[in-house]
Amino acid sequence: MSGTTEPGALALEEPAERNGREDRGRGIAAYLIGFGIALLLTAASFAVVMTDLVWGPAVPAAIVTLAVAQMGVHLVFFLHLTSGPDNSSNAVTVAFGTFVCLLVVFGSVWIMTHLSHAGPPHATAAGM
Amino acid sequence: MSAVPTPRRSEWAGPPAKDIVTAYGFWMFLIGDVIMFASFFAGYAVLAGGRAGGPGPADIIELPNVAVQTLCLLTSTLTCALAGVMAERRRMAWTQLWLLATGLLGVIFLALEIREFSHLIERGATPQRSAFLSGFFMLVGCHGVHVVAGILWLGTMMAQVAVRGPKAYVQRRLSAFMLYWHALDIVWVGLFSIVYIWGSIT
Repeated sequence: MSGTTEPGALALEEPAERNGREDRGRGIAAYLIGFGIALLLTAASFAVVMTDLVWGPAVPAAIVTLAVAQMGVHLVFFLHLTSGPDNSSNAVTVAFGTFVCLLVVFGSVWIMTHLSHAGPPHATAAGM
Repeated sequence: MSAVPTPRRSEWAGPPAKDIVTAYGFWMFLIGDVIMFASFFAGYAVLAGGRAGGPGPADIIELPNVAVQTLCLLTSTLTCALAGVMAERRRMAWTQLWLLATGLLGVIFLALEIREFSHLIERGATPQRSAFLSGFFMLVGCHGVHVVAGILWLGTMMAQVAVRGPKAYVQRRLSAFMLYWHALDIVWVGLFSIVYIWGSIT
């Protein structure tokens, strides 16, 4: 079928040094967009506590949501974490790292809060 | 690498390019580093209630100071990315200029943090004062030490760009540095949100 295709033809299509890589010509515009979004999310985060726009009990949830959103913006716009073929290993690494981080933080808070409730009254290691 | 015979499309397409392998290895390091920060976050979250009669988060936090610090670090992330764009386009003078801006913003960030710490210590809010303050200084200080290391690395990168120019290995090291600097800003997002913004209302 494709008997006419010589081994070199493929190399011309996909030079070895571009092996499955995404386009490297990332424009300045994309960085400016990422910076703008991050700036807005930061400003929103400060506005949550400096004004009374957000209902009091919802403030912690709003802060955490804005922080997670901003981390996502940084990962995509500045660290170029995408679902592209050259990025799948990086994405899996980040997913596993996120899992370990959540396990460490929530596991510690959970266990130590329980301990502090079960312990003597002077124990002060309470969660936030 | 170019001596390797090109396989058919269905077969192994050869080793990934070196800059992809380097970036992957550096991602692994960054994940390990972030997990270390997660441990300090966990320690802080557990100890934040242990004030021992001393000041709490709301007593020691100055939000305007933190807002300026955040702006510095966020802008330095942009200038760092612009340095990367200029390096890819082989405009090394612009690369140096943006790297210098990144470093200066990092220095302003550090100066503000040192000023904050020295104010706290003057007022007796030292790490020894309470479990909360130990956790606070450990977590924020660890990030500060990372920024110091980043600025030193930035200095060596500027020297390499000046002496070696846009060589492939200089580009690889630059991109690793950029991953590091962006990751530091991600850690700072967690820090200013949880420790400072949330802390200012607790």
